[in-house]
Amino acid sequence: MNADKVLDAKGLACPMPIVKTRKEMKALESGQVLEIQATDKGAAADLTAWAKSGGHELLEQQVDGDVLKFWIQKG
Amino acid sequence: MSAKPMTAAQVARKVIDNEPLFILDVRNGDAFADWKIEGGNIQYLNIPYFDLLDGVEEVIDQMPKDRDILVVCAKEGSSIMVADMLADEGVETAYLAGGMKAWSEHLEPVKVGDLKDGGELFQFVRIGKGCLSYMAISGGEAAIIDATRMTDVFLNFAQEKGAEIKHVFDSHLHADHISGGRKIAEATGATYYLPPADAEEVIFDFTPLEGGFKAAFGSSTVEALYSPGHTIGSTSFIVDDQYLMTGDILFIDSIGRPDLAGLADDWVGDLRESLYSRYKALANELVVLPAHFMIMEELNEDGSVAKKLGELFKENHGLNIENEQEFRDMVTKNLPPQPNAYQDIRKTNMGKITPEEEMQREMEIGPNRCAVR
Repeated sequence: MNADKVLDAKGLACPMPIVKTRKEMKALESGQVLEIQATDKGAAADLTAWAKSGGHELLEQQVDGDVLKFWIQKG
Repeated sequence: MSAKPMTAAQVARKVIDNEPLFILDVRNGDAFADWKIEGGNIQYLNIPYFDLLDGVEEVIDQMPKDRDILVVCAKEGSSIMVADMLADEGVETAYLAGGMKAWSEHLEPVKVGDLKDGGELFQFVRIGKGCLSYMAISGGEAAIIDATRMTDVFLNFAQEKGAEIKHVFDSHLHADHISGGRKIAEATGATYYLPPADAEEVIFDFTPLEGGFKAAFGSSTVEALYSPGHTIGSTSFIVDDQYLMTGDILFIDSIGRPDLAGLADDWVGDLRESLYSRYKALANELVVLPAHFMIMEELNEDGSVAKKLGELFKENHGLNIENEQEFRDMVTKNLPPQPNAYQDIRKTNMGKITPEEEMQREMEIGPNRCAVR
């Protein structure tokens, strides 16, 4: 899946994946897509909940070995 | 300013003593709704940490001044962040060290009674998840029942008591938590017993536990009583004709569910016979010691979970359904959601998979959900 920006949050523990995602998202335009790569297992539930509460859309998520990948479209 | 940690052991003490506490749980709403720190005198506020990144001003008004505040998250990182933010605004709080993971793993040893000739019986209350394990000690020898995977706690406890662990039992093949039984037996040279009917797919060596089997430790005896229904192999234990360990067949305020191996309809008849015939024939004076509790009301004042069998036959709804069809419906039609990762947990307990410790923690997250009420 294509992304306008890729955020490497691998190796970061909660809350940092969300803190960084939020910061990157602020710099994007509405409709643009951010890809997030994380290894913290809690990121899946938290990014889903965060995207929902912020009006963004989680387009897709994949597991690639130990890495969790998310594509979120800015709302 | 920076916030101070509060350990799971300290929180457990507060819960058991019914002390007032305010919990600011900063996990996401689903995680909070699924599983949280329970207690009779706890007030809650759930706001996900990601809604507080711009500041905590909005929640300061909701922080009480008359009770301790504990900030809680999954692993502790986010709770430290929020607790520090609150501290900067002049609100004193503590955060839960190790988060809900530490809460899930904390074991509180509680003495439940004496055995003859100076022996003692201890219950290990896994307060965050509702699992109960047992260690009976007599004459320098110990028997352990339904140990959880925090095996060091049991090994250290036995060592402190100067007891050699001789027998390690599992009442059944657990589906809600990972057993520590095999590991303890390997570390100590003790015998590890499992009911063979639950162990058909088990790939390691164990000693089959048949009904009527008796094992001695010191001056005491533990006797196995076959009592299927939660699983086909479920076995209870009677220690010195005083205590009845019921596994996941009978709890204080509920009874076992028969479906975690996918066989509710097949096993409901066994469950009824175990509860309404086999247990009915036992002495009312036996103290029932289950493998789980589901609600904090099941705890006694000292933190133990124990009640006489006679009282349970009077008070426990699941033991008082005369009509067999009604019992069948209650047990098979009102089943709560299954425990997190229960199929992988069963496979781990069979020895088929060996997840890393971090993965085992993840698999066990959440409440045990072994009962129907």
